[in-house]
Amino acid sequence: MTATTSTLAGKSTSPATHTVQRRRSRRSSKFDAVTPLGLILRYTTLIVVLAISVGPMLWELSTSLKSPIEDVFAATPRFLPQHPTLHNYDVVAQTIPIWHFAANSCIVAVLGVGGNLVGATAAGYALARLRFRGRRLVTGLFLSTLVLPGEVTIISQYQTVTRLGFGDSLIGVALPGLIGAINVLLIRNAFQSIPDELEDAAVIDGANVWQRIRYIGLPNIKGVLSVVAILTFIGAWDDFLWPLLVLQSPDKLTLTVGLSYLQGQFSADPRTIAAGAMIALIPILVLFAALQRYFFRGVGEGAIKG
Amino acid sequence: MKSHRWYTPWLLVLPALAVLGVFSLWPAVNTLLLSFTNVQTLTGGRFIGFANYSRMWHDPQLWDAIVNTLLYMLICVPLLTVLPLLLALLVQRTLPFMGFFRTVFYFPVIASAVTVALIWQWLLNDRGLVNDLAQEVGIVHRAVPFLEDRWLLLFSAIALTVWKGLGYYMVLYLSALGNVRRDLHEAAAVDGAGSVSRFWHVTLPGVRGTTLLVSILIGVSAMRVFTELYILGGSTGGIGGQDVSLVFLIEQYGSGFNGQLGYASALSVLLFVLTAIPLLVLARLNRRSNQL
Repeated sequence: MTATTSTLAGKSTSPATHTVQRRRSRRSSKFDAVTPLGLILRYTTLIVVLAISVGPMLWELSTSLKSPIEDVFAATPRFLPQHPTLHNYDVVAQTIPIWHFAANSCIVAVLGVGGNLVGATAAGYALARLRFRGRRLVTGLFLSTLVLPGEVTIISQYQTVTRLGFGDSLIGVALPGLIGAINVLLIRNAFQSIPDELEDAAVIDGANVWQRIRYIGLPNIKGVLSVVAILTFIGAWDDFLWPLLVLQSPDKLTLTVGLSYLQGQFSADPRTIAAGAMIALIPILVLFAALQRYFFRGVGEGAIKG
Repeated sequence: MKSHRWYTPWLLVLPALAVLGVFSLWPAVNTLLLSFTNVQTLTGGRFIGFANYSRMWHDPQLWDAIVNTLLYMLICVPLLTVLPLLLALLVQRTLPFMGFFRTVFYFPVIASAVTVALIWQWLLNDRGLVNDLAQEVGIVHRAVPFLEDRWLLLFSAIALTVWKGLGYYMVLYLSALGNVRRDLHEAAAVDGAGSVSRFWHVTLPGVRGTTLLVSILIGVSAMRVFTELYILGGSTGGIGGQDVSLVFLIEQYGSGFNGQLGYASALSVLLFVLTAIPLLVLARLNRRSNQL
């Protein structure tokens, strides 16, 4: 991305300018200058890893595009479909209501993103910037659940959701993740890093809490908010165990649960399963690729603490 | 000067606190309570003391699950601690296409476990790509039963988990590498240290804290494995029912109309205790390093 900077900074001799320039581009000086051999080795390794990480996905994509007359089991595998067709996508849609499942997954994911952006921001702001009795206790409660893996409480959660009357419903799937403790804490940390003076000035000017969140808080924590939104959406879209427990009716399934049933019905035709898998995979990868800038920037700002 | 009314913070915190209470804190307490009862999905139950816990000793599937979990940890922890660090070092430099590689290496993390398990199932099928290529090259003469054999299925699931986790831990390392002090690298280079030597003496000590944290995280997530086994081996846990994990058993016992919530809850408590061990180790090590 900033490939040219390394040569520019490498030429500078005075240590002072060196530091200044380095602040802009961190990896740039003479000692780690790139040698041609090093470059070749580096890129070869990267391409091998690339093949390992996306190769299986591309193979599945290719399988999903192969026509029924093409032998997918051929002893000498072909990586490109001979007669590419979308036929398998029709077949999968005729077999299970896969677009309906995709819509269900979307509903759960959007509920989660909305709930977290509103609910976790509100709570995070109060815990970071407002003084009140019990603040430490409440923060401690949120922190305490971080050591509790979700799977530990999942059976009891299921019982609770059923008793509240949300069993076998998309609301029931979305409810427990509506405001995540980890998101509350991430947003709280982000609010805490805003300088006090900024907010004090607003208080003196008579800004109320709502105005302070809106005009001082939110503009300063966009990075964290986008990471929370991206991760929440992906998490809900990919979730399997919880919707598997909650949902029973065939018309209410989310995409992952629907696909796991498809697998049972179609052990015979890999093309159909491949088409189903692609319907789950492609939208989320496209979404991530489109938003990855915000994601990696947010990560850099410390939205994800190791 | 008062900046807000006394109830404002509570109004803001209340929704989050309600979700936390109803869907996290109460279920945590309730899980412990249920584990001492024989409650089923449709019928109420009564207090049965430690019967669920003594039943665990005689549950052969649970022992399978524990053996599987230990193997999972034994393989995943070293691989996923080391490989993502090397990967992070590769993509960390500002060279052309690094952003592209970084993003694409994260794709397996973004994909749902169900999707990638379906993909791998097709790859590892008797007549799938891996077997085809292996036979073509002549490494094997008959199809390798990756998805039928009790151990091969487990190792396939482990390989899948490692493959899917690489990018995730790579990103954790990337943010740690950003904090390794630049001047130390330069000082070492001035003193004539080569890149390998700088890796051992500058980079590695700089990310030691992250390495420890990453290995603990991997250990905990190895105990929580479910989807890989459920899709690759089917809802029975492989042909012999031996390719199961703790979470797998919790789901099996706890779901459906005949769900044995009591026993499933006892298994959940066991899962909590097991996952707490690495976290306690981490807390202990952190405290010690703070004292030094």
